[in-house]
Amino acid sequence: MMASAESITAEHGLTTTAPGRPMVRRKRRGNSVTLGIVGWVVGILFFFPVLWMVLTSFKTEAQAYTNTPSVVFSPTLSQYKTVFSSGLWPYVANSAFATIVSTLLVLLLATPCAFALSLRPVKKTRDVLFFFISTKMLPVVAAIIPIYIAARNLHMLDNIFTMVILYTAINLPIAVWMMRSFFLEVPGELLEAAQMDGAPLRRTMTEVILPVVAPGIAATALICSIFSWNEFFFAVNITATKAATVPVFLVGFISSEGLYFAQLAAAATVATLPVVLAGWVAQRQLVRGLSFGAIK
Amino acid sequence: MAEVTYERATCFYPGAEKPAVDGLDLAVKDGEFVVMVGPSGCGKTTALRMLAGLEEIDDGSILIDGNDMVGVPSRDRDIAMVFQNYALYPSKTVGENMGFALKMHGVDKEERARRVREAAKLLDLEDFLDRKPRNLSGGQRQRVAMGRAIVREPKVFCMDEPLSNLDAQLRVQTRTQIAELQRRLKITTVYVTHDQVEAMTMGDRVAVMRSGHLQQFASPTELYDHPANVFVAGFIGSPAMNRLDGTLTPDGISVGGVTVRPPDAIMHAAQGHSQLVVGIRPEHLSIGEGHLDVQVDLVEDLGSDFYVYGHRADDTGATVIVRAGREHPRPGEAIKIKIDTARLHLFDAVTGLRIGE
Repeated sequence: MMASAESITAEHGLTTTAPGRPMVRRKRRGNSVTLGIVGWVVGILFFFPVLWMVLTSFKTEAQAYTNTPSVVFSPTLSQYKTVFSSGLWPYVANSAFATIVSTLLVLLLATPCAFALSLRPVKKTRDVLFFFISTKMLPVVAAIIPIYIAARNLHMLDNIFTMVILYTAINLPIAVWMMRSFFLEVPGELLEAAQMDGAPLRRTMTEVILPVVAPGIAATALICSIFSWNEFFFAVNITATKAATVPVFLVGFISSEGLYFAQLAAAATVATLPVVLAGWVAQRQLVRGLSFGAIK
Repeated sequence: MAEVTYERATCFYPGAEKPAVDGLDLAVKDGEFVVMVGPSGCGKTTALRMLAGLEEIDDGSILIDGNDMVGVPSRDRDIAMVFQNYALYPSKTVGENMGFALKMHGVDKEERARRVREAAKLLDLEDFLDRKPRNLSGGQRQRVAMGRAIVREPKVFCMDEPLSNLDAQLRVQTRTQIAELQRRLKITTVYVTHDQVEAMTMGDRVAVMRSGHLQQFASPTELYDHPANVFVAGFIGSPAMNRLDGTLTPDGISVGGVTVRPPDAIMHAAQGHSQLVVGIRPEHLSIGEGHLDVQVDLVEDLGSDFYVYGHRADDTGATVIVRAGREHPRPGEAIKIKIDTARLHLFDAVTGLRIGE
């Protein structure tokens, strides 16, 4: 980061105009060093809890508890063994099912919706968009009782399909907003060109528009997956044994007999891995999503 | 191959007070290259988009080969369009871009490949068929956009300022290529531009538009020699025609305190129009003894010609432009200018319309 800031300074040729004014150059470099340090501090501050979680997961419970936390220790895999032997897999399966199915549903519904709201706007488009986002303004806690009662009366408590429906509903507004902003980047002439070329709407979508917004779809899918994978509040309240997801599994390590800190850290690390992997795989697509300019 | 006829074609944009195109009447012959030209906002692009089916025809109609196009979707009009920013499909290769319309019309794969290759050969794109648009230069993208239109062998080409994203040199080169290609293919073409040089050099006939109205529709020479009104006189030709206020007197026409005597035919036609706009092209003025006293402000060097910009000694407002040779005066000099009275254009100052033939 600092290196790049320096090279920018050099690139902008401050040296060429500098002979009489070396002060400017020194000041600029000073600024970029300060910014670099601030950047690193903020970065470490954000990354530290994650690092601490991973470190703790390799400790014994006793080591995890020492006051003046120990940084040097002999790592153990015993916490991971416990986690994997304590019935993790059904929870992972539930989470994976709810995440994948709800994300697919969201994409299926949000894509045509975002298309209409961005490329074929009508008078009330803004109101519709506001309505979508307004559903996010209600605190989740306020919705839990009606949802719980509805699920109970429909005999759908502790049912993974309930979670699929809920996650789809929760993610839909965000997905529509995100995808809309990507669709807005598509030049209208592309649609017109397809129209002139005689492509019906469905072919225009599949052959022209979707390949262009693919990075945006990937970004949206990733965000929706992360939300669904990590969702805790609904999961803990309306699932019990059959449909419980990974976040609910994590809570199991906070028991009445005490806190299993190292085990919790190991379980949390395992729970984080799929999301990190997904993000890493999607990275290239996401970066392309930010460099839309190539079409214009 | 088709005739295109605008019949009082009108287009309103929602919320606009005046129509973008107002009662346009225009008949384009089969195989003709017609250029619509005018300043921005004159309705030329809207008129083109109405033909392409991208804009509603709110009143009147547009006929292609006698068939009314009102309500007919773009894909059923058999029109190909070249867009200003080309609108190439970024995810498709050059070949796929060019063949897309054929694919949508159910042309089989072999025939498609053959026609794409043919068009690519015509446009010197054979080596680029497998590339994506983002890996092409501006000029190559422009040719792909042309290719996409050519491959279809449509009834009509619509071109919306297809050269405006190219640099000056390439623009001139591509200009002649497009004109030549059109003459070879003999496909009726409607071409929109704001550049009057493009219009003059490319079009068989040129439609000059302003504020949604057709001003004049004629051959480039006719537009230059017989502009129908003051607007066309000022718009066509570079540098623009000199336009000076004049009044009719018994002895001739008084311009800036000097009386000039045009030929009798012009004088005769001018009877009854007391307030006049006198138009004269820069090449029909000469420096030497003559009618007007002019103070030189600026000399523009075009290599082959020099244009002298000045103002009349008694009127700082109106600019006078004179074409001069290498022996031109310097800025600040006072010169006398002679008017070739046989080449005067007279317009009514109130209506702006041309007086006489």
